[in-house]
Amino acid sequence: MNGRQRPARAYADPYLAGAGLGLVLLAAFVLVGRGLGASGAFASTAAGAVAAVAPERAAASPLFSHYLEGQGPWLEWLTFELAGVMLGACISAALAGRLHFAVERSPTLARGSRLAFAFGGGMVMAAGAAFARGCTSGQALTGGALLSVGGWLFLGVAFAVAHALAPLLRRLWS
Amino acid sequence: MSAPLIAEGALGASLAAAIALGVGFGFALERAGLGSARKLIGQFYGRDFTVMKVMFSALVVAMLGVFWLSRFGLLDLHAVYVPLTYLWPQLFGGLLFGAGLVVAGLCPGTACVAAASGRVDGVFVLCGFFAGMVGIGVVLGDFADFFESGAHGAWTLPELTGLPYGAVVAAVVMLALTAFAFAEWFERRVR
Repeated sequence: MNGRQRPARAYADPYLAGAGLGLVLLAAFVLVGRGLGASGAFASTAAGAVAAVAPERAAASPLFSHYLEGQGPWLEWLTFELAGVMLGACISAALAGRLHFAVERSPTLARGSRLAFAFGGGMVMAAGAAFARGCTSGQALTGGALLSVGGWLFLGVAFAVAHALAPLLRRLWS
Repeated sequence: MSAPLIAEGALGASLAAAIALGVGFGFALERAGLGSARKLIGQFYGRDFTVMKVMFSALVVAMLGVFWLSRFGLLDLHAVYVPLTYLWPQLFGGLLFGAGLVVAGLCPGTACVAAASGRVDGVFVLCGFFAGMVGIGVVLGDFADFFESGAHGAWTLPELTGLPYGAVVAAVVMLALTAFAFAEWFERRVR
């Protein structure tokens, strides 16, 4: 990893990066008539995994059944998109000298605790994304740009709750 | 010519576009620094408004693009999939998601970016997210009524408010500019 020798470049201007992201989202609407997302890739993969073990259970789930129709759970559009996200992020980090192994945490929080909170927070987000039918990308960003009522509701509620709970969780992020 | 350009049945072309668009998505998020949990979480402590700035500028650019392309007849709005609205589960889902987000420090998309740049905490968020999806998917059948409640289909803010599409677009632009001005003022004040 060359991140150690070479100092990492500063992050891009947030408005510029945001405008670039907006053009990618617009390109998605123009090319394939749908926006970006993330949680759907996990939902479809989970659907495929559960269907392989307990097909009846999977078919009875209102979350999974949707992904088991049509092309099936392994050719989900968002799974390919998310593979691209990993690739794009890796290229960007490598070019900027930011590619190295680390556990990012508050200096006062033990490494194991940070990883446990990361895992637990991920689980809670999954339940949220399942009920909301999307996450920050699929509902808030894509739904937001298309002026979806549900997208704006999700965006507003999720950010309000995160801001409201943050003072109680200061210990995690000091 | 009218977009969407790739026909719905063209699976190969559609999946190739998915990878290419994903590369752009991941590249933009990493450039902005949103693969870093501590930077991302700064949003909720008033230290760093990168999340809001990136999110709102992306939303506004895409929204204006869709609006003008459809106005000039270059994009068929009816062929663009609008995420469906289910009021109550989306309200509840937003509550859970926001709570999980401050604990995890990364959302699913940015956790992918974190993981791809070598951050192990990002990998753990993704593992937790996948485990959570398996768990909630298996039990969701018991909450099927709630899951389907408040269904309004592809429901948009212009339909909700009765205002013209262009007026809502202008209002969102004003909201974003106000939020940007506030963030710049607040960041300067804290520094």
